[in-house]
This record gives sequence, C-alpha cells and structure tokens, in this order.
Amino acid sequence: MDFELSKEQEMTRRMVRAFAENKIKPRTLDIDKKAQFPKDLFDEMGALGLLGLPFPEKYGGSDGDTLTYAIAVEEIGRVCGSTGLSYAAAVSLGASPIYYFGTEEQKQQFLTPLAKGETLGAFGLTEPNAGSDAGGTQTTAKLEGNDYIINGEKCFITNANYASILTVTAVTGKDARGKNMISALLVPADTPGVTIRNAYDKMGVRGSDTGEIFLDNVRVPKENLLGDPEKGFKQFLYTLDGGRISIAALGLGIAQASLERALAYAKERKQFGHPLSTFQAIQFKLADMAMEIELARNMVYKAAWLKDQKKPFTKESAFAKLFATETAFRAANQAIQIHGGNGYMREYEVERYLRDAKLLEIGEGTSEVQRLVIARQLGC
Amino acid sequence: MNIFVLMKRTFDTEEKIVVENSRVSDDGVEFIINPYDEFAIEEAIKLKEEHGGEVTVVTVGEEEAEKELRTALAMGADKAYLINNEDVENYDQSSTSEILAAFFKDKEVDIILGGNVSNDNGTGQVGPRLAEKLAIPYVTTIVGLEISDRKATIERDVEGDQETVEVELPVLVTAQQGLNEPRYPSLPGIMKAKKKPLEVLELDDLDLDEDEVEGLTETVDVFLPPEKQAGRILEGEVEEQVAELVKLLRTEAKVI
Repeated sequence: MDFELSKEQEMTRRMVRAFAENKIKPRTLDIDKKAQFPKDLFDEMGALGLLGLPFPEKYGGSDGDTLTYAIAVEEIGRVCGSTGLSYAAAVSLGASPIYYFGTEEQKQQFLTPLAKGETLGAFGLTEPNAGSDAGGTQTTAKLEGNDYIINGEKCFITNANYASILTVTAVTGKDARGKNMISALLVPADTPGVTIRNAYDKMGVRGSDTGEIFLDNVRVPKENLLGDPEKGFKQFLYTLDGGRISIAALGLGIAQASLERALAYAKERKQFGHPLSTFQAIQFKLADMAMEIELARNMVYKAAWLKDQKKPFTKESAFAKLFATETAFRAANQAIQIHGGNGYMREYEVERYLRDAKLLEIGEGTSEVQRLVIARQLGC
Repeated sequence: MNIFVLMKRTFDTEEKIVVENSRVSDDGVEFIINPYDEFAIEEAIKLKEEHGGEVTVVTVGEEEAEKELRTALAMGADKAYLINNEDVENYDQSSTSEILAAFFKDKEVDIILGGNVSNDNGTGQVGPRLAEKLAIPYVTTIVGLEISDRKATIERDVEGDQETVEVELPVLVTAQQGLNEPRYPSLPGIMKAKKKPLEVLELDDLDLDEDEVEGLTETVDVFLPPEKQAGRILEGEVEEQVAELVKLLRTEAKVI
C-alpha cells in the first residue's frame, strides 16, 4: 500500500493552491454576496489546463488522472465553494459524458473546446418531476428523418447560462419490456428552440451559475445522440458515479477550510484570559473535525484511485460523497460555533462554508440516495 | 539562444525558522523555488518564447531539489541539472560558484539568469562570483531586459532608482522583484515535465574534488534575533510628546 502522492499530483496541488489563494480568494466574498459567476476565472483556469485535467492530450486535455482532478477540486473548494462547484460540474458533468461515451467525431467537435477551457458544458438531467428518479424523465426526443426533435424542461442545471454545449437526457422510445428508454443528446446551446434562464436565488454556492433550460421543438441531427441509445440510463449512472468523487472532493475542501479557520481563530481568540484552543470543549471539536476530514480524504482519494485503476467504484464513490459532504457540513457548523457571534457574520466566511456545504448533501444525489446506492451495492 | 538559469531550493517564505543545536532545523519544512530565482526562470522562458533557443535550469544542492527542478520544467524550461553537493562538509557561496564554474566550463552560453539573492542566506554572491570565474560581465538586481543583435538593454534597480545598462552577450544577470510576474505551471506543463531530461551530476562528473570546493567561511554560531520588545505609546500634548521622544532617543536609544 502506498499513500504517497506522485510528483505531478504534488505539483498540481501546489499550483492550484497558489492560483486559488492569489486569484480566487480575494474575490470569494464578492462572488457569494453578488451571486456573480466568475467567468474570467474560468478563462484563466482553462488556460492553465484545469478544465481538461482528466482528459487525454489529443482532445485538448492535460492527461491527468482522477486523483489529480480530485486534488484540484479540493484546493479550489478550500477557497471558494461556488467556483469549486462550477469547476467540478464543468469537468465531471459537462465534459466527462462526451469523453466516456462520445464517438471520435463527437469528441473532436464537442469535447476539445471544453477541455481547452474555451467554453463550458452543462449536463441536463434534472427536471421538475425527475431528479434522482431519472425514470420519471418527461423530456422527449422523437426521431424525424435524420433529426431528433426534443421537447421538455430541465431545472437546477449548473453552468447552464454559460454553457455552449448541453448534454440533455430525454425519452427516445420504449424498450422490449415497454419501459421508457432514456438517452442522452448533445444540444448546442444556440440551437433554435433552446431557452436558458437564470431563475434562482440560492442559499449557498451563490456564485455558481444555475439555470433552467426549456426545449421547444429543438432539432438536432441524429448523430448528436450520445453513446448507446439503449444504455442511456446506465451511462448517466456511470457519469454520476464519477461526479460524486468531485462533489466529495469539494466537500473535503470546504471541511479543510472550516478546520483551518476554526483552529486559527481558537488559537488567537482569548476568553477568561486564555486562548479558546486551551479549552477542552473546543479541543474536542477541533480533534473531531481533523479526524473526520482525514478519514474523508482517504475515502475520496481511494474512490478516485479505484476509478483510475478501472476497478468498480460505485459503492466507494457513494461512501466518499456521503461522508465527505456530511463532514463538510458538520465541520462548517462547528467552525461557526467556535467563532461564536463572529461566526454568524459574513466577513468571517465560516457561515458561507455552511451554506455552501448544504448544497453538497443535495446535489448529484442526496445523502439519502447515496445510502440507497450503498445498500443496493450490499445486495439489498 | 542558450539560456541558463541558476536555481536554489529554499524554505517556503511562510515557514517559521527553528534553531536547534546551532543550526537551522529543516524538519517538516516546506520548500519552494527561491522566489527571486522564480523571476529568473520566468524571464528565461520569456526570452525563449521571443528569441527561440533552449532554457536549462541548474541547481547545486541535495537530491530533494529535483522537485523544484521539475516545477521549473513544468513552467516551461527544457532541461535541468542537479549537481549533488551532499559530500561537501563545509559549504558556502564560494563552493557553489566554484562548482557552477566547473559545470559551465564546456557550455555555450548566451545568458545566465539567477535570483538577486536567496531568501535564506541572502548573500547575493553566487551570481557575481560565477561571472568573475567565467570572465563574463554581470548585471545585478535587474527589473527589465531587452535583447536584440546580441546586445542586452537592462534596467536595474539601484536602491529605488533605475539605471539603464547596455551590455554585449554573453552576460550574467540577477533578477530583482518587479522584473516580471512568474507564471503558474500549467497542467499540461506539469504532465510533460516528467518526460523532460533531468540529469544528476556528482562532483566527480565535473572533475572536482570535495576539498577543492570547501567553503572559505566558518560558521561560529547560529542564533535568532532577540524578540521584539513591546512598543511604548507616548502621552500628553504633541509638544510634550516630541520633547519626550527626543529625550528618549538621546538617553535611552542613544541614536542621536
């Protein structure tokens, strides 16, 4: 067993941390308060190769592995949950399905600009009546000649307003048993009939863009079908398994930030003539936070490693997502508690950690769904 | 253009210095590329981008310095040399410049860039000493550099003022803060760095003996500066405060 990171992984951590500290950190309060998507930061991240991190060079990627990618998400999340979420979604949901299931032509045409960071992608799965219950999908895609005609509505789609390519799930027909067949289709955002709206005022990750997508008789060539039409459902389950690792890594980053802030504050703040960190009640909180974070980190890295080794990782990515995001919520909550009244104030940032962490227990499969996934893997 | 950079691995600027048994302890310390050398690496890569050629980064140090060399390669340098100095017992700036002079003996050089000082010992000696040994001109604390027709036009920082110097190549320059803004190594750069050549040299490979490069200085003691005393705030009317301050500067601080 080897817990040592490679030189490339170490170097990536160092680079992303420096970028996050110097470029993102000075703006995090503003990004949250004004709920402004930091498009220019994504341009810079694209130029550094971060948006193509886990994809091969021939598609404009950086040739890194999943573990390196998880480290990058962790480091960005440590500084800014909003930027971290949009980054994770751009790579894991916007670009990855095209890499996993696209034809060579689709990869050249659609993945390359995403990997180079020239533009962003979004993944349209969730609908007003279908989230984790993907079988409830109501959007339809009907084949008419050489085109699919898509009709439906998608909601809570990360990066939608800034995406130039949408991967949209839709019912394309019925299988032999009469069940809905759900497939994924590549839809350029400027296709006539596509309307994207910024309709949300969110509790946390406020600077991460979230949009609604309306599809009204949207016509795309049948070559835009992504992957095997009969295995659409399986395909996006695989996509979500991968996405879970990145959301777990984001939780890890927020948890780490919570611990660092709480520890620094506890050492500095004096009550009854002594620093808070000398009180056992506070020490126990910090000890629990540090322990849970390290356990979460081990699980997140292991899930990433399994994926890189091409071994099954469904159960482990659910473990990682569930534990790391709940760790983030607990750690942020305790960080506020340790800060007392100050922690309730925006400028101390820990209240933002809690608001951002809450989303991670919901998005890309709620904690309850993670438990379901785990239970199914156990054979229940 | 044959562009060389002298690089040193140093303590992270955020590390606390701990002295144990009359030496600075490096237990659990994070290391970085000396920040001034980072300016030199950036400038070297910019020269290559403008004029073509090759950037070679050289360090004299321990095996662990490979990590910092790889970072330089990830930023865009083409190849790297690590000259191992672990066998030299009493080591100082004259040792480094002696070793580097031997390294450069058979090299075709257009320009050598280094940091103005290192952020640990901060002597600023290695660059000028090396240039002397190689018998080429050197310009220190540079904040601007243009090269055309084998002539370098250099802006240098002279205690806050600027001086412009023209010099023929080959030349050795040392970088001051303000020369440029070092780039982050890009992800593709990081991934490619592992495939770039990095050669480790022993003193033997340079036909050097350990005794030949023994340092010329002797370290008598290593200690931390005394802890800063708390300041004192004077009270009363402004005139009284001024009078009190002048008196204290005379009698207590004894500086006037």
